[in-house]
Amino acid sequence: MTTTSGSAFTALTGLLDTDAIRKDFPILQRVLHDGKPLVYLDNAATSQKPRQVLDALNAYYEQHNANVHRGVHVLAEEATALYEGARDKVAAFINAPSRDEVIFTKNASESLNLVANMLGWADEPYRVDADAEIVITEMEHHSNIVPWQLLSQRTGAKLKWFGLTDDGRLDLSNINELITEKTKIVSFTLVSNLLGTVNPVETIVRRAQDVGALVLIDASQAAPHMVLDVQALEADFVAFTGHKMLAPTGIGVLWGRQELLEDLPPFLGGGEMIETVTMGSSTYAPAPHKFEAGTPPIAQAVGLGAAIDYLANIGMDKIAAHEHAITEYAVARLQEVPDLRIIGPRTAVDRGAAISFVLGDIHPHDVGQVLDEQGIAVRVGHHCARPVCLRYGIPATTRASFYLYNTQAEVDQLIDGLHHVRNFFG
Amino acid sequence: MKLDSMYQEIILDHYRNPHGKGLRDGDAEVHHVNPTCGDEITLRVRLDGAVVADISYESQGCSISQASASVLNELVVGRTVGDGQAIQEAFLELMQSKGQGEGDEELLEDAVAFAGVSKYPARVKCALLSWMAWKDATAKALAGQPVVND
Ligand SMILES: Cc1ncc(COP(=O)(O)O)c(C=O)c1O
Repeated sequence: MTTTSGSAFTALTGLLDTDAIRKDFPILQRVLHDGKPLVYLDNAATSQKPRQVLDALNAYYEQHNANVHRGVHVLAEEATALYEGARDKVAAFINAPSRDEVIFTKNASESLNLVANMLGWADEPYRVDADAEIVITEMEHHSNIVPWQLLSQRTGAKLKWFGLTDDGRLDLSNINELITEKTKIVSFTLVSNLLGTVNPVETIVRRAQDVGALVLIDASQAAPHMVLDVQALEADFVAFTGHKMLAPTGIGVLWGRQELLEDLPPFLGGGEMIETVTMGSSTYAPAPHKFEAGTPPIAQAVGLGAAIDYLANIGMDKIAAHEHAITEYAVARLQEVPDLRIIGPRTAVDRGAAISFVLGDIHPHDVGQVLDEQGIAVRVGHHCARPVCLRYGIPATTRASFYLYNTQAEVDQLIDGLHHVRNFFG
Repeated sequence: MKLDSMYQEIILDHYRNPHGKGLRDGDAEVHHVNPTCGDEITLRVRLDGAVVADISYESQGCSISQASASVLNELVVGRTVGDGQAIQEAFLELMQSKGQGEGDEELLEDAVAFAGVSKYPARVKCALLSWMAWKDATAKALAGQPVVND
């Protein structure tokens, strides 16, 4: 039946101590159908959570729970310190010049929508209106497409996008026609959640700066996996989401340059974001609070702080090296499977650890189901990036995505699983 | 193995050799998608009085959705709309049974093979895609044609 050729490969170097790391993740000890250990390869959708994060959540609720910024009692002060402490951790993690540039949201989608709305309501020179152009790419997650379609429909601004090359990279050949003097905002993903491609930030940022356009980078698939330095990126805004980087759901981040956050108008109104309120009008708190209306996701922010501690303790450079080794191995081994076609770069160069593929004419749904039976969790479908599927003329893909706790042996299990899928439908 | 309860041989046969696939003339056409997985079907219904003369379709999707469209074609073409609707309702009930239903084999014939699929919530929509499209297309076709009393 299936063959395990994993033994023919030498052990990879540069890997993390996954035995130790996996002990921190209770869920990875789960055993599924008929005694199969869980092989969790759906990290691009969401990551698992280490005990340290779960403990931080529990400790918050058991010891410190209160609303933030509004009480004088002990718990309120502790909760505020923990919440604002999480902001300090995020600021350090992304090398932000100031902690006040870190806005907490509920996820990356909210962060991206927040920028689109700030620009829709802004005064000149930021205002996106009927004369303006917005530039995105064909490999965006729907969360970085739909907010711009909405803005474009409401303002009359023109929406343009970079196309893709056959090997899953951005086609930059027409960059000067795409990003022009009319462009107000360029928004693109640092790492594609479907293709795994790492995009050439510098080239795009240079051109945007030349024409005076703002740049928003969707770092949802980057922040969990690599060193993220917002100053080195030279973007104006960077968005990401906590749940893909070991934190709970319900917490996201928007980083923005201070001058911009001062100039741009708030989007949601409510408690926390004001300075004074009369029945006629209000003035607003300075950023970041101006953009955080209402009671924020406090415990979730604390959880994100704990997740960042966990990641930083291991080291993002080491995590990136681990994933690179696993990706290189997986890309090579996947291509041994007959009829398997990788959708995206077929090397590990400038590539993240999400690998999409199609397997002959076996539908991804069926691939995923038979893998699930073997305890292997992958994602199937269009991965909220349907234009990419249209671009490559496929209805959907199967995607395996790796993280710091995944092992070389799990890649081998995936490959064996795929052979089994072929036999099953063969 | 549990998988075999979903991927019954009958289902795999229909998947490999689908009945009635391809688009032909019809009185009404609908396009349905399953937004979670991207499965799509374009389906046409042709009525001949009260009889379902043809169900033709072009579809893209997993083995379950493809096989289910094939079974729909095999079961419903040639019956009256009323009979077809009774079968559709019985199939819907079976798919919503969460693995508890067995299905009336007299009525559902090959479609009882989908009983195992009803245990997998993520796949129930795949099995129902073509049937819901048929229901919709038939309603459209009926609305667009003079009432036949027979
Ligand atoms: C590249 C990218 N952008 C945005 C998102 C949206 O993240 P969230 O659903 O947490 O808002 C995701 C995750 O699904 C993603 O992969």
